[in-house]
Amino acid sequence: MTTDIARPGAVRRRTRRLGVPFWFAVPALVFFVALVAYPTVQGIVYAFTDWSGLGSAIHFNGIDNFVGLFSDPQTAGALINTLVMAVTITIAQNVTGLALALGVNSRIKTRNVLRTLLFAPVVMTPIIVGYLWQFLYVPNGPVASIAAALGWSNFNVLGDPSTAIWGVVSVVVWQYSGYSMVIFLAGMQNIPEEITEAAALDGAGAIKRFAYVTWPLLRTPTAINLTLSLITSLKLFDQVVATTQGGPGYATQTLSTLLYNEAFLYNRYGYGIALGLIVFALIAVVAFAQMRLFRDRSLQ
Amino acid sequence: MTRYRWRTLIVEIVMIAAALVFVFPLWMLISVGFRSSPEVATNPLGAPTSLYLDNFVQAWQTGGLGPAFVNSLVITVLAVAILVVIGSGASYYFARALGKGGGRWYAFVAAGMMVPFQIGVLPLYRLFTQLGLGGNPLSVILFNAGVQLPLTVILYTGFMRQIPAEYEEAARVDGASTFQIFTRVVAPLLLPVTGTVIILDGIAIWNEFFTPLLYLGAPTTSRCRCRSMGSSGSTGPTGARSSPDC
Repeated sequence: MTTDIARPGAVRRRTRRLGVPFWFAVPALVFFVALVAYPTVQGIVYAFTDWSGLGSAIHFNGIDNFVGLFSDPQTAGALINTLVMAVTITIAQNVTGLALALGVNSRIKTRNVLRTLLFAPVVMTPIIVGYLWQFLYVPNGPVASIAAALGWSNFNVLGDPSTAIWGVVSVVVWQYSGYSMVIFLAGMQNIPEEITEAAALDGAGAIKRFAYVTWPLLRTPTAINLTLSLITSLKLFDQVVATTQGGPGYATQTLSTLLYNEAFLYNRYGYGIALGLIVFALIAVVAFAQMRLFRDRSLQ
Repeated sequence: MTRYRWRTLIVEIVMIAAALVFVFPLWMLISVGFRSSPEVATNPLGAPTSLYLDNFVQAWQTGGLGPAFVNSLVITVLAVAILVVIGSGASYYFARALGKGGGRWYAFVAAGMMVPFQIGVLPLYRLFTQLGLGGNPLSVILFNAGVQLPLTVILYTGFMRQIPAEYEEAARVDGASTFQIFTRVVAPLLLPVTGTVIILDGIAIWNEFFTPLLYLGAPTTSRCRCRSMGSSGSTGPTGARSSPDC
């Protein structure tokens, strides 16, 4: 790392890179190793122990946690719920976000106001959004009164095990569609107007202009959006806790809420961390798939 | 292309309708905040009829919203300040170092984005307790600075790579030291991305719910007054255990 950057002659020969001394990175690396890397490695070691999370009684038990995990029907249920939620949230959030972006990118007069309003839920605290929707979905609550007015009596999304999962999905889609919208919108505004105008002069209608001109040029924002929404929804925790606590029964249990219950409520930290490693593996698969699929474009 | 046609009007109407659906929950949040519980129960969709402020008074007095607000503010401001200083410095090295060291250390830190923070959260808690920081807001500040570091470094390094190195070379020729180049030339050029970092990290830390709950204690089970806005809004999700030292 120690180079001869002090000599001006040496510097002038280099055009791109200047020798920046390593100590610029030292504070951040110390923070990262002490607060992220080292505790994570320690946590992974605990996945092979029976540590309760409290006290100092720790015994290695090999792969017992993982064996127990895969033979527990709760894990399979949580895994399926997590995947169903992640896929439906990702699709619904990005389709909605794209539609909203097309809307506010048009020539409508209210576009600036609408951009602000549609983005507002994004900055709200997820746990508060969860409690807000729990109230909205309460039987005979606001949404139920509207549903009753439309002829749908006894509307109770979160209370019914077969629909509770869609209730949670709707909360997340409501909160983060504005986020996808902003990223799509930034991509649309990077498309030079001459291109769409040329297509219009050649006789392409609004639908063809979108399908053959705009959409292919939205590759990078699409990649960013899909990756971010998949990773966030695979880690889904706050909104589930605030709306259903994983219930009714285990209908909306996700890997993260199960991890929380095992590690922090039932004091089986090692077991919970083994679950955390499954989440980590899923996220790593998504991240690497994204890197391969969109390799030729940088994420800038 | 630039005319306001009947089709634009249809888009306008559809978009306003969509926005109303999106804003409805926010309206309910405000409406419920200014009404008493019995009034909300009898007519959930109604609007506030008078300026009813008891909810806020109650939240402020029994919910301890004041100290929670100060805690949230202190935690967010200090964690973001740490992130801006160490994140920009490290990214300067990652983007401009000679040889492969910069890229490798960058990949090491950026990979932290993929790790679910729950894996390390208890070992770290134990470490903080051993250092005598159990129940201390400083532990939450440090934790958040660590968790947000990968995103911060990704943003700063990506931006720094787009900045031409010529400015720095010119400053070098004029006799500036590496540290002077960083503080006087690079840091001002990083202002736009610093804005992004402050907003994204700030929102994430301000909204963080789980760690304050775990590190500073659940509101219902703990005696301590040190909690953040996020965790004071609830009664503890599934009854988290209180922190032993708190």
